[in-house]
Amino acid sequence: MAEKLMKYAEATQQYDVVFGLETHVELSTDTKLFCPAHIEFGGEPNTQLTPVSLGLPGSLPVINEKAVDYAIKLGLALHCKINEWSQFARKNYFYPDMPRDYQISQYDKPTNGEGYLDVELEDGTIFRVPIERAHIEDDAGKNTHVGGADGRIEGADHSLVDYNRAGVPLIEIVTKPIEGAGDRAPEIAGAYMRAIRDIVRALGISEARMEHGNMRADVNVSLRKSPEDPFGTRSETKNVNSFRGIEKTIQYEIRRQAARLNAGKEILQETRHWDEASQTTAGGRLKSDADDYRYFPDPDLVMLHITDEHIERMKAQMPEMPRERRNRLKAEWGFNDIEMRDVINADALDLIEQTVAAGSSAAGAKKWWLGELSREANEQGKALEELGVTPDDVAEVEKLISSGALNDKLAKQTMACVIAGEGKPEEVVKAHGFKVMSDDGALEQTVQEAMDANPDIVAKLQSGNMKPMGAIIGAVMRATKGQADAKAVTKIVMQKIKG
Amino acid sequence: MSDANSLVQLSAARMGEMLRAKEISSRELVDAHLDVIESAEPSVQAFLKISADVAREQADAFDALSDEDKAALPELAGVPIAIKDMIVTKGIETTAASRILEGWVPPYDATVIERLKAAHMPLLGKTNLDEFAQGSSTEHSAFHNTNNPWDLDRVPGGSGGGSAAAVAAFEAPLALGTDTGGSIRQPGALTGTVGVKPTYGGVSRYGAIAMASSLDQIGPVSRTVLDSALLQEVIGGNDRRDSTSIPEPVRPVAAAAREGLKGDLKGLKVGLIKELQGEGFQPGVQARFDESVALLKEMGAEVVEVSLPHLEYALGAYYIIMPSEVSSNLARYDGMRYGLRVMPPEDVPQTAANMMAYTREAGFGEEVKRRIILGTYALSAGYYDAWYGSAQKVRTLIIEDFKRAFEQVDVLVSPTSPTTAFRFGEKTEDPMSMYLNDIATIPANLAGVPAMSIPAGLSDDGLPVGFQFIAPQQRDEVMYKPAAALETALEQRWQGPIWQDMKTPWLDGLNK
Amino acid sequence: MPTFTREEIMHLGNLARIALTEREIDSISGELNVIADSINKVQQVAGEDVPPTANPVPLEAYLRPDTPETPLTQEQALAGAPVKENGMFVAPRILGEE
Repeated sequence: MAEKLMKYAEATQQYDVVFGLETHVELSTDTKLFCPAHIEFGGEPNTQLTPVSLGLPGSLPVINEKAVDYAIKLGLALHCKINEWSQFARKNYFYPDMPRDYQISQYDKPTNGEGYLDVELEDGTIFRVPIERAHIEDDAGKNTHVGGADGRIEGADHSLVDYNRAGVPLIEIVTKPIEGAGDRAPEIAGAYMRAIRDIVRALGISEARMEHGNMRADVNVSLRKSPEDPFGTRSETKNVNSFRGIEKTIQYEIRRQAARLNAGKEILQETRHWDEASQTTAGGRLKSDADDYRYFPDPDLVMLHITDEHIERMKAQMPEMPRERRNRLKAEWGFNDIEMRDVINADALDLIEQTVAAGSSAAGAKKWWLGELSREANEQGKALEELGVTPDDVAEVEKLISSGALNDKLAKQTMACVIAGEGKPEEVVKAHGFKVMSDDGALEQTVQEAMDANPDIVAKLQSGNMKPMGAIIGAVMRATKGQADAKAVTKIVMQKIKG
Repeated sequence: MSDANSLVQLSAARMGEMLRAKEISSRELVDAHLDVIESAEPSVQAFLKISADVAREQADAFDALSDEDKAALPELAGVPIAIKDMIVTKGIETTAASRILEGWVPPYDATVIERLKAAHMPLLGKTNLDEFAQGSSTEHSAFHNTNNPWDLDRVPGGSGGGSAAAVAAFEAPLALGTDTGGSIRQPGALTGTVGVKPTYGGVSRYGAIAMASSLDQIGPVSRTVLDSALLQEVIGGNDRRDSTSIPEPVRPVAAAAREGLKGDLKGLKVGLIKELQGEGFQPGVQARFDESVALLKEMGAEVVEVSLPHLEYALGAYYIIMPSEVSSNLARYDGMRYGLRVMPPEDVPQTAANMMAYTREAGFGEEVKRRIILGTYALSAGYYDAWYGSAQKVRTLIIEDFKRAFEQVDVLVSPTSPTTAFRFGEKTEDPMSMYLNDIATIPANLAGVPAMSIPAGLSDDGLPVGFQFIAPQQRDEVMYKPAAALETALEQRWQGPIWQDMKTPWLDGLNK
Repeated sequence: MPTFTREEIMHLGNLARIALTEREIDSISGELNVIADSINKVQQVAGEDVPPTANPVPLEAYLRPDTPETPLTQEQALAGAPVKENGMFVAPRILGEE
C-alpha cells in the first residue's frame, strides 16, 4: 500500500524541515571493545569469541584502550567537548543476536559531548552540522534468516546466529536536530555522511565501508509549519547503509509527511526502514513501552577517566583533516573548483595524490583516474582501487608518455593490458613491443608511401592548406599499428613538401 | 596420622603443615574428605556436584611435585576445597542452583579457580545455594535443600548454605562463597563457621556468576580465622579481567590473624554499631554478642558505641540496587546460547521472543522471578530517579557514615544475623521477614567494606551465633586481628572449638 | 507511591521476557506492594545535593591493550547451545519485534 506523496518542491515550500542523523561507525581495532577476541571480516561463524563476547555467565568486560584512543581522535576531529569522566551504561532489551541481552553503551555521560562539523556542499557553501555527542558502544551479532524468501526476516522459519560481530566497537555520532536546511536537507545529509567517512578514514579508525555495514545511519525527519513552531513528530528510519539511500530517505520522508500533514493526518512516532528496491520507506514498529531500555550505569565497569595528557597524546597523532587537505592539494595541483569537485566525486583524491607522489604530473594523474580508469571501473562495477591498477602504474605510464616512449594511443593500450592483469606497464610494453616509431628510415619510408597513395591531399598541402594533414597521419598510423609519433610524421611531411 | 575422622577435623593451616612435613599426602586428605562426603551427604546435602576424579588427580599432581616446587607454593597447597556453584569451573558442571543453567559445562575457569589450581588446592565439588544466590536459607535451590549440620531440621542460612554446611560438617576444610548481602557471613553465623566478605574489588569477580555486580564479592569459608586469611591470600589481589578489581596486591591478612592469636588488643578501638543491636535481635544472639564484646575489652580493646544514622535506609536501598542489577545480569539466560530452552505451548506463536519468555518462566524459580520483576520496575522509565537514583544516593550516605565511623574507631562490630538457624519453610512465605535476616550484613556490601563473621557461641536454643567485624575499605587485615583474638579467647573459655558440641553421626562410622 | 497492579506486573513480565502465570502475577503483585513500602523510604533522604554512587570502591577504568588472545573454538562456543546448525546458534522465528 503506497503512501501518498507530495511533490518535493511543494513540500519544502510549505514545511520547515528538521532532520537528524545517528551514524554508527565500526572501529577498526584488532580486538573487541570489551574482550581480547580478534576481529576479522568474514571468517568462520562463532570463532571470534571469548567468554565475554559470548556472554557466558561470570564473564566481565574490560575496556579496549585503542577504542578509547579512536573515540578521542574522532571527538577532536568533530570539535567535541571530550569529557574528563565518562561512563558506560547498559541498554536493556532482549534480542537473539545480543549475547548478554543488553548492549553496553553510554547514556548520560558520553565520552564525547557537543561539537560540530562544517560540511562543504556542491556549490561550495559551508553548512555547520551541530553534533550532540559521539559515544562508544558495542555491536551485536548477525542473524541469517532461513526458510523465507531472499533471506528476509519476514516469512523466515528460523534464524542462525553468528556472534562474531558481537562486541565490535562502534562510535555512534548523534547530531542535534538540524534546522535551516530547507530543500537542501538531503544534500546536506549526504555531504555530512561523506565528510564523516573521509574523517574516520583519514584518522585511520574505521574502514567506513557502507557496503560492508561498518558505517550505517538512522535518519530522523520531522516537519513543521514554521521555524518558530516546536518540533513536529519525527519518524526514525533505521540502518540506512548507502549515501544515496540516506539522501533519498530524507527526500521521501519529507514528501510522505507533508502529504499526511496536508491531509490532516498525524505523523506517527515510529521506526521505519528504507527499502532500496521500491525506493520508499516502510512503516515499522510504533514507539512503545518496549522501548523502555532501563539504562543504568554498568556496574561491571568503572568511570572512564580521560586525562589532558591522554588528549594531548592523541592530538599529536592527528593527521590533517580531509577538508584542509583538499584545499591544500587543490592549490598544489592548480585545479579549479570544478576539477577538484570531479576528483572528490570520483573518489580519486587519494589515488591522484599517490600518483603525483610517484612522479606523475597532477593533470596527467587526473586525466587517467577520472578518464580511462573511471570508465573501466564503472563498466566493471568496481571501485577505482579495486581495478588492479596502482598509482605507481599510472605514474609509470605517464613517464613513458612524457619521455616520448609512448604516444597516447599506445599508452591506452598499455593501460588496458595492465587492467587485464598482464603485468606492470614496463612488462607490458616489453611483451607487446609497444614503441613509438620516430624519425628513422622506416618511418620516412612509410610516410612516403602514404603520400604517394594520396596525391590529391599532397597537392592541397603543397598549396598551403594544412587541414588534410590528419589524413596522412591517420594512414601512417594505420600502417604502423599506432607506433608512429604524430609529431614526427608531421615533421617529415613538411620537409618533403618543402623539398 | 591417617585416621580420617580426626584428619578432617584439623584446621586447613594444620593440614598444610602436615603436608609440608610429609606426615600426610594430599591424596590422603582428598580421600578422607571424599569419605566424609559420602557418609554425610545423605543427611546434609551440601553438594550439587562432587568432582572426586578431578580432586584426586589434582592431589596426585601435588604429591608428585618436588620439595622445592612445593616450598614455593602457598601454605594451603595440597589442601582440598569446595566451591559454591555460583563460581565457574572449567569442565565441571556449573548451575547456580538453577534449572535454567542445568547441564552447563563451562569452557573456562574463574580467576579464583585458576589461582586455586595454581596453588594446587584440589576441588572437591560444587556446593548448593539459593538459586543465583538469591535467598538466605538455601531453600531456593532448584535442586534440593541443604540441612544445617547442627540441626538437620533447620536451614544452614543462605545463599551459601552449601559451602557453610560442607565446612561445618567436615566435608571440606575450606570453601569459597559469594557474598552480595551476607551470603557468606550469615550462613557462617548459622553453621558456626567463619565467613569473610573481603573489600569489594579485593578478590576478582571474573567467573563469579553475577547476581548484583556492584555488591557481589567472592570470599573464604573456613572453621578458623587463620584458615580464611590464608585462603584470602591465595585468591585475592588484582585481576586485569575484572574492571572493578583494585590494582593492588592482596592485603597481609594472614600476618594480622597470627598477630591476633596472641590475644593482645591494646590500642584497638572497637565501635559497637548502635543501629544493629537490641530490638529485632534474638535475646540469645544479643547475649553471646555482649559476652564477646566483654572479651574484646578484657584483651585490652577500647569499646565505644558509634552511630551510622543512614543504616535504617540500607535495606530499602539494597532491595532496589540488588534486584535492578539482577534483572539485567540474568537477562542473558534466554535459551539461545546455553542452558535450558522451552518452546511455547502450541497455541502461542513459536517466535524467538516467546521462546525466551517461556524458557525464563520455566527455568527461573519464584524468588528469582520476583526480584527480576522488582528490578525491572526500579529501572523503568519514570521510576528510575525515585528508585534507582535514590538508592544510589543512599549508598553515598552509607559510605559516608562508615567513613565517619572509621574516623572514630578501627573496627566495627555487630551480631551477624538477628536470629539463629530457623526451620525449613518458616520464612519462605513472607519475603520481607526473609529479607530482614540480612539487615546486619547488607551495609558492608553497599559500602564495599570488608566484613567477616566468626562463631560467638551457642544461643539458648543450642544453635550457633555469629559475631561480625567490619573494617575500612582495603584494610581487611584490621578485622582479622581482633577476629583471631576473639576466636582464641572464646575457645579458651569453651575449652575447645565450637563444634565440639555438634553431633556428627556421619563421622562415627568412618574408620570401620 | 507506587502500587503494583496486575496489569503492571504483566507489563513488567513482558519487559523482562518472562511468561508469568496468572498465579504468579497475583502473588508477585501482593508481595511487591509489601516490599515497596519499605523501599520507598529511601526517597526521604535522597536529597538533590547527594551524589549517587554506582560503585562502592572509587576506581578509574583500566584500559586493556588492543592485543588478541586465543578465542574459544567454535566447538567450545557452541557446546552449550540448545539448538545449533552449521556452526551457528539457532533462534526460532524472529518477528520484526526488535
